Amino acid sequence: MNIIAIFKGLATTFGYMFRRKATIDYPFVKRAHAPRFHGLHELRRYDDGMERCIGCELCQIACPANAITVVGGENTPEDRHSPGERYAFRYEIDELRCIFCGMCEEACPTDAITLTPRFEMSNYTRSSLIYDKSKLLVPAEYGVGEAPHERPGGIPADLGEVARTKSTMNPERGYLATWRGIDILTSKGKTYMPTPAGGELVREPERLKGGE
Amino acid sequence: MIDALPLWLLVAIKSLVLLIIVITLFAYTMLAERKVLAYMQLRVGPNKVGPWGLLQPAADAVKMIFKEDLTPSTADPLIYRLAPFIAVFTALLAYAVIPFSQGEHGPWSIANVNAGILFVFAITSMGVYGISLAGWASGSKYPLLGSVRATAQMISYELAMTMSVIGVILQASTTSLSGIVEAQSRLWFIVPQCLGFLIYIITAVAETNRVPFDLVEAESELVAGFHTEYSGLRFGLFFIAEYINMITVSCLATLLFLGGWNGPGAAGHPLLGLLYFVIKVFAFLFFYIWLRGTLPRLRYDRLMAFGWKVLLPLATLNLLVTAIVVALWY
Repeated sequence: MNIIAIFKGLATTFGYMFRRKATIDYPFVKRAHAPRFHGLHELRRYDDGMERCIGCELCQIACPANAITVVGGENTPEDRHSPGERYAFRYEIDELRCIFCGMCEEACPTDAITLTPRFEMSNYTRSSLIYDKSKLLVPAEYGVGEAPHERPGGIPADLGEVARTKSTMNPERGYLATWRGIDILTSKGKTYMPTPAGGELVREPERLKGGE
Repeated sequence: MIDALPLWLLVAIKSLVLLIIVITLFAYTMLAERKVLAYMQLRVGPNKVGPWGLLQPAADAVKMIFKEDLTPSTADPLIYRLAPFIAVFTALLAYAVIPFSQGEHGPWSIANVNAGILFVFAITSMGVYGISLAGWASGSKYPLLGSVRATAQMISYELAMTMSVIGVILQASTTSLSGIVEAQSRLWFIVPQCLGFLIYIITAVAETNRVPFDLVEAESELVAGFHTEYSGLRFGLFFIAEYINMITVSCLATLLFLGGWNGPGAAGHPLLGLLYFVIKVFAFLFFYIWLRGTLPRLRYDRLMAFGWKVLLPLATLNLLVTAIVVALWY
C-alpha cells in the first residue's frame, strides 16, 4: 500500500472540488449547438406563403428508416396549396423512427423538408410523436422564405437560456417551438400557447396504418 | 428549575432532543456527501429541491416512506423485518453516553457513565448483528455473501480498533469519556498517540463499512450487499444506521484524540466548547466523504491481510509502548 499515492489522490480530489463544473443545468440552461444541427423537421413555405412540398414522395423513398409517409394530392384553383400541380395531402413523419440523418433534405427537389435544430420532443405516447402536417408545416407568419438557419432571427432551438456565448436564439422576435408535442410561441422569455396557423389547432395525428 | 424535574422526564426530554438533532445531522451528512462527491467529480449534485438542494433530504424521506416495502418469499419474515431496527437501535444507543461539552454541573450528555468508552464499544459492536441478520434472513445469495463479509470484516477490525483505543485509556487512566477529554486539556492525544490515531481512523472507516472498506455492500460484486433485498423505509433505516455510525465514530475520534470540546477559550464556556466539538466532528465527516471520493475499494483478501497482518500488530506495538511509558513515567 503506497501511502504517498493515497495522499496524492486526496490532493487531487480536493483540488477538483474548486474546479469549474462540467454540468450544464439542463432544462434551464442549454448548451449551444451548431446552427444547422439536425433536429426536428419542418416543412417550409415560399415567400408568398405557398407550401414548397409538391408531394413527390422522394423523401419517403430516400428515408433509410422508413419514417416518412407522403400521400400526394392535386391542387385545384379553389384549393391551392403549392405553386405546382400537386401538393402533400398527407405528410407524416414518425419521429421515433427517424434517425435525423437529413437524407430527406437532400432528396427534396424543392427544399421543402428541412431539419431544424429543435431537439426536445419527448412525449408520453408514441402516437403523439407521429408528426403530421399540422405540426410540421411552418406557420405562414413565422418562417416564410428562408431556411430555418438563415432566418433573420435565427432558429430558436429551445425555450431556455442558452449556455455559453454563441446562441442561435433571438428572444426579441418570438418563435415557434415544440414542447411536449404542443407548438408554443415564446417571446422575450414568456411562453404563449398556440396561435393556430391556418385555423387548424394542434391535434393528435391518427395512428398510421401499415406502411406502404 | 431543571433539578425539579423527575429524572426519567429529564432523560426522556434530553433523548428526544438528541434524537432529533442526530437524525437531522444524518440527513444533512447524506446531502453533504452527495454534494461533496459531486463537486469532486466536477458535477454539482442535487440542486433542484430548495435553494442549493437543501430540501433534498426531505424529498428523499418522502420517497423512502412511500416506496413499497417488499419481503422476498424466501426470507425469514420476522428476522428480515427486525434487522433494520436492530441496526438503527444499536447505532442510536451509543449517543446515550457521548458527551458533547462540559457544563457547570458535568458533561452535556444524556448519561455520564464512568465506563462510557466500554459502553460505546459494546453497543457499536452489536451493530454487526443488524447487518449479518439482514443478509442471512434475506434468503438470497448476495445479501448472504455481504453479511458473511460484514461479520469477518467487523471482527477483524474491531480488534485493532479496540487496541488503538486502549492506548488512550491507559494514558488518560480513565474509561469515562468526559474524563478522557479532561485529560487532554493540555495536550491532545493525537500527539502522543499519533500511531493509535492513524489506526483508529482506518479501522473506523472499516467498522462503518465505508469506502474503501465497503466490501459489505460492494456494488460491483454484490449488487448492494446485505441490503440488496430491502426497499422503502427498511432500506432507509439501514441508511440511517450507516450514517449515524459514521457520526458516532467521528464523535469518538474527536473525544479520544482531538481533545473533544477543548480549544482556545473553551474552559468555562460550554457553548464555545460545543462549537469546537461540532467543528471537529464535521472535519471528520468531511474526511470520510473525501476518502470515498478518492480511494477505490480494496480486494477482500487484501482487506483481511491488512487488518490482521498490519493493523493488529501495529496496534499491539502501540499499546505495548504506551503501557511501558505510562508504567515508567506517569
